[in-house]
Amino acid sequence: MLKLADILSSTILFAIPLLLVALGGMFSERSGVINIALEGIMVIGALFSCLFLSFLDKNGFGPAHPILACLLAVGIAAVAGVIFSMLLAFASIHLKADQTIGGTALNMLAPAFAIVLTWAVQGQGQSTIVIPTWVRITEANFGLQAGEGFFSRLIFKYFYITTPIAILLLLVSVVVLYRTRLGLRLRACGEHPQAAASVGVNVYKMRYTGVAISGFLAGIGGLAYTVAAGSGFSSSVLGYGFLALAVMIFGNWKPWNILGASLFFAFFKILSSYSASIPFLPRFENIKSSEYIYLMLPYVVTMIVLILTSKKSRAPKSEGIPYDKGSR
Amino acid sequence: MKFLKKPGAVSCMASLLSILAGILFGFLLLIAFNPSHALSGLVNMTTNGIANSDKLAKVFYMATPLMMTGLSVAFAFKTGLFNIGASGQYVVGAFMAIYGAVQWQLPWYACILLAMLGGAIWGSIPGICKAFFNVNEVITSIMFNWIGLYTVNLILLNSPAMFTNYYVPQAPNTPLTVSLKLANPEAILPKMGMNEWMQSEYINISIFLAILIAVVMWVILNKTTFGYELKACGFNRHASEYAGINARRNIVLSMTIAGALSGIGGALYYLSGTAQYEILKTALPAMGFNGIPVALLASSNPVGTIFSALFVSYIQVGGEALQPEYVKEIIDIIIAVIIYLSAFALLIRGWIGKLVTRRSLESEEKKLSPAGKKGGNTPC
Repeated sequence: MLKLADILSSTILFAIPLLLVALGGMFSERSGVINIALEGIMVIGALFSCLFLSFLDKNGFGPAHPILACLLAVGIAAVAGVIFSMLLAFASIHLKADQTIGGTALNMLAPAFAIVLTWAVQGQGQSTIVIPTWVRITEANFGLQAGEGFFSRLIFKYFYITTPIAILLLLVSVVVLYRTRLGLRLRACGEHPQAAASVGVNVYKMRYTGVAISGFLAGIGGLAYTVAAGSGFSSSVLGYGFLALAVMIFGNWKPWNILGASLFFAFFKILSSYSASIPFLPRFENIKSSEYIYLMLPYVVTMIVLILTSKKSRAPKSEGIPYDKGSR
Repeated sequence: MKFLKKPGAVSCMASLLSILAGILFGFLLLIAFNPSHALSGLVNMTTNGIANSDKLAKVFYMATPLMMTGLSVAFAFKTGLFNIGASGQYVVGAFMAIYGAVQWQLPWYACILLAMLGGAIWGSIPGICKAFFNVNEVITSIMFNWIGLYTVNLILLNSPAMFTNYYVPQAPNTPLTVSLKLANPEAILPKMGMNEWMQSEYINISIFLAILIAVVMWVILNKTTFGYELKACGFNRHASEYAGINARRNIVLSMTIAGALSGIGGALYYLSGTAQYEILKTALPAMGFNGIPVALLASSNPVGTIFSALFVSYIQVGGEALQPEYVKEIIDIIIAVIIYLSAFALLIRGWIGKLVTRRSLESEEKKLSPAGKKGGNTPC
């Protein structure tokens, strides 16, 4: 039973960054801009928030007020993500550049910039930013006794501030996308921007908004990934941004489906680290390094599901096409 | 000024301008981080690639796989597909080549063919998924990057003959595959005496093979019916179907060829005899992803990829000379800035185009206006 709690809690831990970043991608693509740069935005968000956390750790503010410090770090990640995503927005909206080009450039820029800045701040050769231990929220933060029951394992084994924030942001995303004027206009710009413009919607503004929201979410996602990975930030998020892109397509550009897709993917992903301790899973006794079979599993399963459900998959119609006022 | 009217010349100009701007930006970064070494850093960075023949050989050596993965991405781009899976195809190709060389003791040309086959299979799967099941090729390619990496690692770890301590029992256990010099010297790409001439172990025939393949790809795309059909699918799939082109077949073929190109890239790099494949659990080799900027810098022109790959490799070799005063990742920033600026190619092309047409209009006016007036009668 405790094992089940562990598995569930680490599934959630790894689903959170995928969820946040895929939601970010969704906002951008729903407004008509393909956001290949998610990976880079994650790196920048993680970079600045981790630098901030280690700064707070040194001056003593962090250990004294851990939750407040974490909230501030989330804010920093979001702001950094928004600013960085504006580079993509400027190239692909104002200059009508090919959106994959701008995105690829930002994906290259981010990790290189992260290494250069980390070295500049921490000194030569110090390429890992260590995440302080107080970032993990424990029972003690709420004045509770550390328990060993099912629920305390489920909630507190891997509890970071990003988890409740992500759930909140998911709900906000659903409301914004489907229940507000902004969401309706955003979606219209992704489907048929000329039609949206003809009824007075400012397409440029909507697309900037879409990309900015994606930067906001992907920046926080970068921090969420880094705390989940656990070993500190070393200038990379190991392809999670691209995975989030896949999760977004898997989730059919819809928030609830994206939640499902990220939980699904995260579950198969963590299965590899628990495979040895789950009794009914096959062992592959005579194969060396059989953990690779489990590492492969999430990708294979996702492929199969995608092929089976592909008939329903539908991308926003105008994504990737720069908006040109002249063409009606 | 006449040549500037050609679209090819204009996009070449745009790329050169972005390169200049990128290097200038790099210089500013050098000044920002360590002003006292900035000037010598800039000189080292831009001249290290031709500092001696060994460095030049290294430029060619690094350019070869970049050229192949760049070609792979560019070829798929021409058919309207984004082949982000070049890394996976590259890994599978590299694996097939090394496995054929070590396990089956094949000569180098057979290893390249094997690698081509492996890459082609790895590329064809996203193509088939796209053509028949309408699954976005970006997501399939990403998935197959990782599936490829893990499969390759799994098979390698289960083949003891692939590691050095199978041949030299006292050798330490490393995640590197065995050096081909030890396992099968027949599989090392011929050097044709160039190694003595350039005094470098890095040089072999691979760069010439890659350039040859790039030219062949240019011919296929621009001079054959098949290439025309591929490009038609890229411009508008529905229109090409209406014109009687089998779009499904072309999508699968395009991805297969793209995969084969990346696969060859893997073979050419690891059959050099100087590279050993390293088993990594969490990261794909950067060569595959670096194919994307190479293709973009060349505006997806196969002949252009020759030059853009050489440039990227040249400046990366230059980056090694920046150490220890600077981090060599500054080069990645410069390349990223260049790519970002080349995204403005449309804008720059527009400027140059305007400039050229205005000039030619003025000169025509001069011709038309009666002599002696010096073209002073401006129309506006």
